[in-house]
Amino acid sequence: MLNKNHLYRIAEFVVGLLFGLGLMLSGMTDPGKVIGFLDLFGTWDPSLALVMGGAIMVGFFAFAVAKKRTATFFGDALHLPTHMDLDKKLVIGSLLFGAGWGLAGFCPGPALVSMADGQPKALVFVLAMLVGMLGFELMDRFVHAPRKAKLNAV
Amino acid sequence: MNIDWAHFTPFASLAGGIILGVASAIFILVNGRILGISGILGGLLPPKSGDSSWRVFFLLGMLAAPTVFHAVVPVQYITAPRMDASGWMVIAAGLLVGIGTRYASGCTSGHGVCGLSRLSPRSLVATLSFMGAGFVMVYVLRHIL
Repeated sequence: MLNKNHLYRIAEFVVGLLFGLGLMLSGMTDPGKVIGFLDLFGTWDPSLALVMGGAIMVGFFAFAVAKKRTATFFGDALHLPTHMDLDKKLVIGSLLFGAGWGLAGFCPGPALVSMADGQPKALVFVLAMLVGMLGFELMDRFVHAPRKAKLNAV
Repeated sequence: MNIDWAHFTPFASLAGGIILGVASAIFILVNGRILGISGILGGLLPPKSGDSSWRVFFLLGMLAAPTVFHAVVPVQYITAPRMDASGWMVIAAGLLVGIGTRYASGCTSGHGVCGLSRLSPRSLVATLSFMGAGFVMVYVLRHIL
């Protein structure tokens, strides 16, 4: 017998699959296409603007509904971000991310899908990305958190 | 500005984008989660009990996409990806993307799609920053070096 948890697991898998298919159809899994979009001063491929535009067109209505609700359609917690501060971490992190994005033409989602598609460089990229993410976790735990605790203790 | 008409795919990209939007819509309204890849993946490093299975099942679905895509789309419609970066560049890029997206709490999906959709000022700043850095990086690689 399927319970609610099973249905959630199925929904997560289906949404992941849908998202992966959307990335492949849109051309986001082709680093050449991403770099073509970022190459404003060369021959510019505007495709990615349509990817973002199409996604936001739908997302705008979905989040307008989500913001008015306190629970999901199935009555469970709706996790909307609560951070509001425009801090250094946000800007510096995004600049580092953008530099890496322009360097190889991969962002996290398309890299994972391309890896599953058997692209060797996507596998290398994903491994390096995981190392970077783990590096952040370690920094956060052993450098940032103790420093913050020290500041709070004063 | 010269448009790259040879590679421009307006219909596929718009359709793909709409699918990304639909997936994000289902994820927030049904599962109550923001569809952001770097956050979903980063939350597994290390895995926390009670907060892992939804991440794993989402990622498994994503990893199944190429198999389904190739089963549905005839070969002649699939263009081979173009990857110009060398192995070392790919490693550097992966490290930057891994650290950067975690510091910024989001990437193209979490900030770019979900964040802009919900009109978040944080996500607008993030998106302008990573797009700006991307434009500069490609300008330097293609037109200066």
